Amino acid sequence: MLTFQYIPYADIDHLSSAKRINKLLDLVMAGNIILMEGRLRKEEEKDLIEITMEKIDNRFKGIELSVMNPDKDDGALVDRFKKGMANLLLGDRIGMTIIGPAQLVKDIKRDPDKIQLFIEETKKKTRRRRK
Amino acid sequence: MKLFQRFLNRFFRNLFRKKKHVKIGLYGPPNAGKTTLANRICKDWLGEEMGKASSIAHETREIQIKEQVNIKRADKELSFNLVDTPGIATKIDYEDFIKAGLKDKEAKKRAKEATKGVIDSIKWLDDMDYVIIVLDATQDPFSQVNLTIIGNLQARNIPVIIVGNKLDLKKAKLKKIEAAFPQYTIVGISATKGTNIDAFYDVLLEEAA
Repeated sequence: MLTFQYIPYADIDHLSSAKRINKLLDLVMAGNIILMEGRLRKEEEKDLIEITMEKIDNRFKGIELSVMNPDKDDGALVDRFKKGMANLLLGDRIGMTIIGPAQLVKDIKRDPDKIQLFIEETKKKTRRRRK
Repeated sequence: MKLFQRFLNRFFRNLFRKKKHVKIGLYGPPNAGKTTLANRICKDWLGEEMGKASSIAHETREIQIKEQVNIKRADKELSFNLVDTPGIATKIDYEDFIKAGLKDKEAKKRAKEATKGVIDSIKWLDDMDYVIIVLDATQDPFSQVNLTIIGNLQARNIPVIIVGNKLDLKKAKLKKIEAAFPQYTIVGISATKGTNIDAFYDVLLEEAA
């Protein structure tokens, strides 16, 4: 069974960077796939990778991470202005972040407007009875 | 946007031009060909290789530095310290190394060293004056690791060149990298075969010298 945990941005907005990262990593290490409203700051993304590396052992293999955000530089000037204003007002609330434990989530592909989650197949050990 | 990026690159390049030891870092995901490119650069300009490259991921697990690499072409010259970094990843599974043929103990040791290597690479980001991002042109460029590295470099105003490596392979798609990072200078090469390596040196001299 897969558990998707939704985290609204309001849940992490008031937290320091270290607390945000620890909260997310604790949930991922417990086997949850996180769907977070918004995104971490670039610096926090980098710290998340760094702290993940410190926690890797024989059981925890790391994370799969993907951020969807509409900050593409294309589009008309008016659209870019609108996006700029939205960014200014909403900051890191725009977009969505998906984080899953690597032992469950094999890969996350961005296309870039859709996200595909590839899940590790669980191997069932079956024994054949000899007749 | 590309012109603006170039203006920024020139601006910051002029800032560090007066520094005695300019550091150029090779960054990217594991197995993209960073060490192969480092070896190519060192062999072409110093006559000796830098480190061991391998088909098993995370071969480079420690930062390696080659000092005083001097590139000269036509009227341009660039002297720098080349820093080859371990590949940055969000996951490391020792079982992948076992699948690649390593023994259990060796695989676990390699995984442990690889995690430390990723941490070191990230810590060294701040020390770079210029970064060459090496991407495997046969792989999806939209991986979050690539976006995180480039985003952090951009936030620190560290100039970047993107190299699409492994152009000698049929699956290589440089256009995908160009579409993913339109604001950056992108060069397609094969570090193993030396394909287009002169164009890479021209770009490096143009951007960093």
